[in-house]
Amino acid sequence: MKARVTVTLKTGVLDPQGKAIEGALHSLGVEGVSSVRQGKVFDIEVEASDAATAKVALAAASEKLLANMVIEDYRVEIL
Amino acid sequence: MKAAIVLFPGSNREGDAARALRQAGAQTAVVWHADHDLPAGTDLVVLPGGFSYGDYLRCGAIAGRAHIMDAVRRHAAAGGYVLGICNGFQILCESGLLPGVLMRNRDLRFICKRQHLRVERNDTAFTRAYAPHQAIDVAIAHGEGNYEALEETIRKLEGEGLVAFRYCDARGQVGEAFNPNGSTNHIAGIYSEKHNVLGMMPHPENLIDPLVGGIDGRGLFESLIRAA
Repeated sequence: MKARVTVTLKTGVLDPQGKAIEGALHSLGVEGVSSVRQGKVFDIEVEASDAATAKVALAAASEKLLANMVIEDYRVEIL
Repeated sequence: MKAAIVLFPGSNREGDAARALRQAGAQTAVVWHADHDLPAGTDLVVLPGGFSYGDYLRCGAIAGRAHIMDAVRRHAAAGGYVLGICNGFQILCESGLLPGVLMRNRDLRFICKRQHLRVERNDTAFTRAYAPHQAIDVAIAHGEGNYEALEETIRKLEGEGLVAFRYCDARGQVGEAFNPNGSTNHIAGIYSEKHNVLGMMPHPENLIDPLVGGIDGRGLFESLIRAA
């Protein structure tokens, strides 16, 4: 089945890349942007008997490798 | 002193690390990341600088989970010395051997320049050849050297004397103006709890030959030789 893991910086962790993107959007005249936080998206094909099993495996993948739990949070979605 | 230098795909400073170690009197061996064991009798493991796995995912993330890192963890747990320089420091943080994380530099730029460091303590295996609070002239070359950690981790590092080096000026003054990358408390390098693992962003191995304008980096390697 197809799944998506989204990794984002924890609240409070400074994100200089997000800030730079935010500044670039302002300089392009895009209106209404008050904050940008950059993250990562992983689209993953996973073989599992059901969604719950897949979620457990992907949570392990996230905590072992995809996210650095000191600074990042992750979210697993089965698509 | 037998030193094992771990080579990951994308490491590129292993030759310089070996040269600095041999100059100080160490025997060096290069170990491939997919190996499971360190050479018998290894006193010191060096994780050299570079761009392991092209900095994919996060700097040091994939290297930090390589097979050889289990052997490095066992070596460290048994009290063996481990030195991670630049990407090696990032790998130590990603592998869990040191706490915290190296974030993008405050100004988002890759910084390559000479940099002074204050030696926070000279009673460890890595710094005995230096004077207390000596300002040493070495070099930095990194895009992700901004050390960040949980508040409680920073308190522990500061409270237990685990900060090894701080960015400073030529006179040893520490302050925002001399901090190249935004690192918390101007931290340039940290020790593990037992002071046998050191991770540092700057490159002491760059400054070991008068030909390049300084030899302040030698002290670190000479300290290690005395320790083993």
